[in-house]
Amino acid sequence: MALTIKEVEHVALLARLSLSEDEKKRFGEQLSSILNYADNLNSLPTDDIEPLTHILSVNNVFRTDEIKPSMGRDEMLANAPQAENSQYKVPKIM
Amino acid sequence: MELFELTLHELQERLARREITSEEIVKSIFTRINRVEAKVKAFITLTEESALQKAREIDTGGKYSGIAGIPLGLKDIFCTRGVKTTCGSRILENFVPAYESTASRRLHEQQGVLAGKLNMDEFAMGSSTENSAFFATHNPWDLTRVPGGSSGGSAAAVAADEVPFALGTDTGGSIRQPASYCGVVGMKPTYGRVSRWGVIAFASSLDQVGVFSKDVRDNALVMNIIAGHDPLDSTSAAIEVPDYTSNLDGDVKGLRIAYPREYFGPGIDSAITQSIKKALLKYEEMGAVVEEVSLPHSEYALPAYYLVAPAEASANLARFDGVRYGYRDFEAENVVSMFSQTRAQGFGDEVKRRIMLGTYALSSGYYDAYYLKALKVRRLIANDFAKVFSDFDMIVSPTTPTVAFKLGEQAGDPLTLYMNDILTVPINMAGLPGMSIPCGFEQGLPIGMQLIGKAFDEATLYKAAYAFEQNTEYHTMKPDLGVK
Repeated sequence: MALTIKEVEHVALLARLSLSEDEKKRFGEQLSSILNYADNLNSLPTDDIEPLTHILSVNNVFRTDEIKPSMGRDEMLANAPQAENSQYKVPKIM
Repeated sequence: MELFELTLHELQERLARREITSEEIVKSIFTRINRVEAKVKAFITLTEESALQKAREIDTGGKYSGIAGIPLGLKDIFCTRGVKTTCGSRILENFVPAYESTASRRLHEQQGVLAGKLNMDEFAMGSSTENSAFFATHNPWDLTRVPGGSSGGSAAAVAADEVPFALGTDTGGSIRQPASYCGVVGMKPTYGRVSRWGVIAFASSLDQVGVFSKDVRDNALVMNIIAGHDPLDSTSAAIEVPDYTSNLDGDVKGLRIAYPREYFGPGIDSAITQSIKKALLKYEEMGAVVEEVSLPHSEYALPAYYLVAPAEASANLARFDGVRYGYRDFEAENVVSMFSQTRAQGFGDEVKRRIMLGTYALSSGYYDAYYLKALKVRRLIANDFAKVFSDFDMIVSPTTPTVAFKLGEQAGDPLTLYMNDILTVPINMAGLPGMSIPCGFEQGLPIGMQLIGKAFDEATLYKAAYAFEQNTEYHTMKPDLGVK
């Protein structure tokens, strides 16, 4: 199957990636060829197969709810592109 | 013999006998790095000052055991407190973590000495290290060729005698393939064997931390330190870690070895097939039982992997949005365009491609057809291995279809590049331990043999790899970099 430019734009929006016109075309072609390759899987009947989501048979790993020291706020904020009053700062949302 | 040429266990012995100091080792490897790094380009960051300082402290303390006082390298995917960690990406070009990954913390606690952070494909996506946002690493055996990837810096640094050992990560072959291309020992343990905490995530159900070394004993020594449960990683296994060095005795009598016919088919270079067959004969001579088997769903592993891994990556990489760390585009007027433009400028092509692919495979209307289908196929692949392992102790195959290819040769076509992973990806899909050891040369370039084990049975792989090493000379061969 081949992806249309419109589909590429939709996926790019979901992925929060702004793409140039050239990238839309190129990624569209490349994704189509990878998806064509993935279509090989359709020759395999899997109706009765349970999907394997995780290799280890562990689920719900709990720990006791104890208060422990956290990482330092200032140390964490030191990596922020913009911070103010001990908070992350971003462009306006509304 | 210069100190930089020695293995970890040789350095350990000399330190223990007080013949050398840690400072001398560190000085020796930085002499080596200064001589060859312009050619190999394995490191993104060097930490010479802090390495020398730590070495002197260890020498003053005078306690040498384990890896104490011995230099090491880390793939630049391990968060290192106070040391820049880029993950090979522009988006993290100036990121200095406030915390340390569990695996590297364990090495530091044992007084290992960090020499630097190693180059990699951006976010571990690639098979050549050409996807690094900074520069390509060169294969020490032939500087016009790639070292493999994504842990190409780690493999090249060990092969070039720049460090005695290094850590890497492996999601679809990123330890084994570069180990094979660079002629070193690379172990990807069972999923869950080593904590992934503090390791920048690519595909969380596949990622695993492992070790590059010059020989099998060194690899086992380091695995002893990093393996084991970590409360900070809920997917790390609470299964006891044996001493991996305890049964390096060269004995493989009665060991049942399978080789899957699907891994020796067309598309695999005949020199490589021959080399692995020769190695299997060697195992037979040593008393192992070798039989052909089938892993019938092998051909489906790669297409399934290229849905599962990008899907998980698209979720994991959503955190890079220019808010809490890393690059931000300051031109954007609102928050959504800030996200989209930050990511567009911060990520390279391959990362964008995989985010797009994964987002598509998880998106409404395509989830069942692609992602769910791939997970079902993943079950079939795991079942194939389980069936063989009900009757065998180990599976042997080539690590890669070819020897190292030329820089730039496969850059244009993503699918061709993905084919490099065809023999390593199934092992990640099944979560099993896999190892690559040197087993021959093709036109002067190393060939790797892949040893695959039962879940949490790294010990058998180490034992069998050691036996092969004791009976061959491949691991002693070194590339000629044209300098002393």
